Amino acid sequence: MAAYLVRRLGQAVFVLLLVSFLVFMGVYAIGDPVQMLVPPDATAAEVERARVALGLDRPILVQYWLYLRGLFQGDLGTSFVYNQPTIDLVLQRLPATVELGLAAFVMSLIIGLPLGLIAGYRAGSVADDGIVNGSIFAYSLPNFWQGLLLILLFAVQLRWFPSGGRGETGTFLGIETSLVTASGWSHIFLPALNLALFNAAMVIRLTRAQVQAAMNSEYVRYARAKGVPEGRILMRHAFRNVLIPLVTVLGLELGNLLAYGIITETVFNWPGMGQLLINSINVVDRPVIVGYLLIVVAMFVVINLLVDITYTLLDPRIRLGGKPA
Amino acid sequence: MRNAILSLRHAPFALFCLALFLLIVVAALLAPWIAPQNPYDNAVVDFFDSNLPPGSPAGMGGMTYWLGTDALGRDLWSAILYGLRITLTVAATASMLALVIGVLAGLVSAYAGGWVDAVIMRLVDILLGFPTILVALTIMALAGAGTGNLILALVVAQWPYYARTARSAALVEIGQDYIEAARCLELPHWRIILRHLLPNSISPIMVVLTLQLAHAVAIEASLSFLGLGTSIERPSLGLLIANGSREILSGHTWALIYPGLALAALIFTVNVFGDRIRRALNPQEA
Repeated sequence: MAAYLVRRLGQAVFVLLLVSFLVFMGVYAIGDPVQMLVPPDATAAEVERARVALGLDRPILVQYWLYLRGLFQGDLGTSFVYNQPTIDLVLQRLPATVELGLAAFVMSLIIGLPLGLIAGYRAGSVADDGIVNGSIFAYSLPNFWQGLLLILLFAVQLRWFPSGGRGETGTFLGIETSLVTASGWSHIFLPALNLALFNAAMVIRLTRAQVQAAMNSEYVRYARAKGVPEGRILMRHAFRNVLIPLVTVLGLELGNLLAYGIITETVFNWPGMGQLLINSINVVDRPVIVGYLLIVVAMFVVINLLVDITYTLLDPRIRLGGKPA
Repeated sequence: MRNAILSLRHAPFALFCLALFLLIVVAALLAPWIAPQNPYDNAVVDFFDSNLPPGSPAGMGGMTYWLGTDALGRDLWSAILYGLRITLTVAATASMLALVIGVLAGLVSAYAGGWVDAVIMRLVDILLGFPTILVALTIMALAGAGTGNLILALVVAQWPYYARTARSAALVEIGQDYIEAARCLELPHWRIILRHLLPNSISPIMVVLTLQLAHAVAIEASLSFLGLGTSIERPSLGLLIANGSREILSGHTWALIYPGLALAALIFTVNVFGDRIRRALNPQEA
């Protein structure tokens, strides 16, 4: 286990270094950031002064080295636009993104698990067909268009929910969150639903496949022969089978929440990390783009690591360090 | 593969979706001939006709805007047909490139084994650890908007899926006697890979192709929506929706709804068809 952990951690560090290098170099392809930051009527001398002040006159490898050295001290650079450390900017927006992801996560399970159970239990029935095709349909609707339709229906036409923003936040255990105010709940409902539908489709398909397999298995037939009530067979025998693969999918789902959250945050004007990224891309705020991408990559590396470890703990058949199944 | 296609006979809904998909493709191909207006030609587009609701007659006469007009006065029906062309061109080009690169990498990986296999598969694992949309978005964030970059982003994001599938399909074949025989005959490696391994690994690759094609359309639309995709002058469906969404609070819903319907129909039909083939090829999953 220890050797496996060390190897996975080494791999993770390698991925982070590689991504930081590629991203840092790649940002130079966007254009000269100095030109974006000085007033359009600045003289050549003023442009040069700004370049030196921002450290952009040094050779690119030196800039990268300085950046890397900063990274190990938790310094991700300073935003050109906000004139604030990148890490602060991203961390300020982390709670909004996490609470949206959390709400969407819970919602996707509430929608996905029961529907998947029904479809898997009654495989081949009309209900099953409806649920499967419905989930392909939900999966096919582009996330951002789905969000816009939600706004159109529930915010513009029916006026049940606000069309965007985060609403009032309250403090709970020292964390600013909108999950403790009524206004916060009404603001988070639509974006969370938007983010959840995509993942709900995934949960439905997985649950259905697992339950269906379990219903055809020897041990369910044995339980039936023993006269165990159907409801108990479904919950105690079939549903339990869903839990192990669900862990992997939940890992995937967390990843999707981070990635598709960028789109949902843009659609609903939700002040999270994803919106920060899109705004920074539009104004070529290089340190924030690089910092954001690195933080997200780090989060992914950690999530994937945790999923792998949980998986091996849940299912001893998966041999540590062996080829992935 | 043939059996999979034949089994479609028993799936009327999947057949219907296939027909609808082909209809959309034909409509996109024929756009210059069937669209009432060339939406990119400023001499034809009348700016005074902006944001007209569906069914309005054109101010200059001569045509009716059956689906309304957008904020620039373009006939929405024409803009959708032309937008479909761009969406399909980007998605199809990217999918084919990703398929060629991915399948070759996967087959070589399986055939060569050893450190070649290790290096390619490690790269694939790293890329597959991130959602496709995030990989594509990262590349667009670094390379900037534009059709060429868009295709590049989709290829980088999607080739690992083909590579993984091709490799696992090829690994099954490599154990077979005919590959052993081909090796004994000392046929060139490229010939064994292309003439023996490739044809026998093709079915699972086709399933990945359909599902990834739908995914490519969705990602292209999402990136264009974020302003990281195609150019404003020649908008794809995603950008049309983004433009339409600016009118959302003024109640002009058509510029948001109709391009979205076209996009959703395209993705949905490909997905249903792909899902059907996948189930036909893996009977225990049906």
